[in-house]
Amino acid sequence: MTFTQNHLLGIEPLQPAEITTILDLAEDYVALNRSAEKHATALSGMTQINMFFEASTRTQASFELAGKRLGADVMNMAMAQSSLKKGETLIDTALTLNAMHPDLLVVRHGSSGAVNLLAEKVNCAVLNAGDGRHEHPTQALLDALTIRRAKGRLHRLTVAICGDIAHSRVARSNLLLLGKMENRVRLVGPPTLMPAQVAEFGVEVFDDMRAGLEGADVVMMLRLQRERMDGGFVPSEREYFHRYGLDAEKLAYAKEDAIVMHPGPMNRGVEIDGAIADDINRSVIQEQVEMGVAVRMAAMDLLAGNLRRRRESQRLRGVGHG
Amino acid sequence: MMTWFGNARLIDPEAGAERNGTLLLREGVIAEIDAPCPDGAEVVECKGKCLAPGIVDMGVQVGEPGAQHKESLRTAGLAAAKGGVTTIIMRPDTVPAIDTPEVLEYVTRRAAARTPVNIRAMATLTRGREGREMAEIGFLMDAGAVAFTDGDHVTADTRILARCMSYAKGLGALIVGHPQDQGLSRGACVTSGKFASLRGLPAVSPMAERMGFDRDMGLVEMTGVRYHADQITCARTLPALERAKANGLDVTAGISIHHLTLNELDVGDYRTFFKFTPPLRHEDDRRAMVEAVATGLIDIICSMHTPQDEESKRLPFEEAAAGAVGLETLLPAAMRLYHSGGVSLPQIWRAMSLNPARRLGLPAGRLSVGAPGDLVLFDPDAPFVLDRFTLQSKSRNTPFDGARMEGRVLATYVGGVCVHRQEG
Repeated sequence: MTFTQNHLLGIEPLQPAEITTILDLAEDYVALNRSAEKHATALSGMTQINMFFEASTRTQASFELAGKRLGADVMNMAMAQSSLKKGETLIDTALTLNAMHPDLLVVRHGSSGAVNLLAEKVNCAVLNAGDGRHEHPTQALLDALTIRRAKGRLHRLTVAICGDIAHSRVARSNLLLLGKMENRVRLVGPPTLMPAQVAEFGVEVFDDMRAGLEGADVVMMLRLQRERMDGGFVPSEREYFHRYGLDAEKLAYAKEDAIVMHPGPMNRGVEIDGAIADDINRSVIQEQVEMGVAVRMAAMDLLAGNLRRRRESQRLRGVGHG
Repeated sequence: MMTWFGNARLIDPEAGAERNGTLLLREGVIAEIDAPCPDGAEVVECKGKCLAPGIVDMGVQVGEPGAQHKESLRTAGLAAAKGGVTTIIMRPDTVPAIDTPEVLEYVTRRAAARTPVNIRAMATLTRGREGREMAEIGFLMDAGAVAFTDGDHVTADTRILARCMSYAKGLGALIVGHPQDQGLSRGACVTSGKFASLRGLPAVSPMAERMGFDRDMGLVEMTGVRYHADQITCARTLPALERAKANGLDVTAGISIHHLTLNELDVGDYRTFFKFTPPLRHEDDRRAMVEAVATGLIDIICSMHTPQDEESKRLPFEEAAAGAVGLETLLPAAMRLYHSGGVSLPQIWRAMSLNPARRLGLPAGRLSVGAPGDLVLFDPDAPFVLDRFTLQSKSRNTPFDGARMEGRVLATYVGGVCVHRQEG
């Protein structure tokens, strides 16, 4: 077992072995979550604070449930309507919270790098629940677990990630993770929604969806935000669905047993045909949500273990915990 | 009063050469070169260290008036003296902006009383840097403005800019532009490419600089105005610059020392002290710029001194303020160009002293008889590790904190008077 991180800020700093460690532990928590007695003690006595500077229902609920099932005291702070509106800086908010001695801080913020900045200023484990267009590591990990369970492996698969790559932290974390685990990653979408020089990431880029899906094992759809469909990035919703929406006809280009994924919330009829999203033979979208709780439990369990060890060694060396 | 410098390595940017010799300052000007020490002169034994014209730093932001908590005229002056900068060319982006002769006179008067170095100011091209109404270019020139610029507030309306240029042409005024297409660069804080995509930061293509420059060249050709581009930082702008010069347009170009010594990867893990306007570029661009300084295609190196307090920098990268202080690190950073072998000391001094002085019509920047006694004595090889808390500037936002550098200022002279001497 390998896991040496103090924080989970992104997929980028993780070693492949660390990814496998998280996923293996998450398997145990999947079993626990399916049992009647859903309690474990990995975080007992610890305080987890969820700070969401951007509104979120699903991710926040998933982290909250994960913390509670592991025995932590969980506090949710809806930062969107808090003191940040009163002019307090991110750093000051962080220091205020730090004085309450949290052990785990789960943070979502609208600016890329904001969670890294925060992690420098607090002495607890920080989990990135999404920062700007940068990373959303737990989403990539839950996607990886879902793929591994459906396909029996997490290497040598062809994965097509489709849609708004440029504005998506989910896409960034996923392509890093899938790359580290030695999969073939394809990005599919119009050039206006592709990041600059994305081909340098070691991925294949397609603007024709049928070509991009050809022979794929996994089709991962991304959400396209409505404000980007008004002619700024794509001409209209209906043209987008026509060219890049996932329907049965386009999906037929993928492998026969290809699975369909979506990080949610879905825009039915925009990026994905409702019938496909509901097709239990193809869609693993509900399973993704289930894996989300398990993966977050695993990540917090590992980080809490490292935090305890770090504090213990500080105590032995006589360094105060501030 | 006389000061005689013995056994100096004289850096002469005008001749494009360096040699060992002596220099005599009398009554604030360079009186003789290679003459023996006259009776009664103060003797400075240089021990073979470099003696060069003082740096003329074109484009320094001082927080006075409006943001004295970031930098005052007094602290900027101290920083300049310590950094070997003998003439500060102030940017007009103060609050209020230097857009009337009254503000200019206020600044000039206070500067004279508070700073040991020369301070000259640029004025805005349009009122309040808003790009709508022309500033009083004529009155401002009479009051001593050396050039006209709205800084990084690029005038979007080409008709207004064309009129400002025509009017400035009539007066012989120099306009300093910031070549950047405003549509493409809106909201961007890094250069587009793999690094920007990986970090998920809004990015701008280097093409935005070329397009901004091309537009300005069109207007310069149309109006015949004297034009200086404040910062050219991308390789793909260089052919356009070369062409403009070859076509006989009265055009020069500058670059900040940061774009010559750092690249986009230095931003690393969202380090806001490396956020600049324009953003740091690809390493290929940086190397092309160093080459362009050596050939003289890029005329001027400046510090783009931009003091920012901790509160403006300790923010998520996108929200953080851009810019870095540079008055005290300009010389040691420029020594990186010298030590890496690309650029000679006379070439560096041509860009940091002779060219800006010439372009702004100042007598400084030369090491010849009759030139002002503005000198810097420095050791190009002296190593040190920079600690930002030793800076004289009120703001300590330097990207070189903790960096190993070579090149220390030993003494700075302004008008024949020693304004800084290194202790020990």
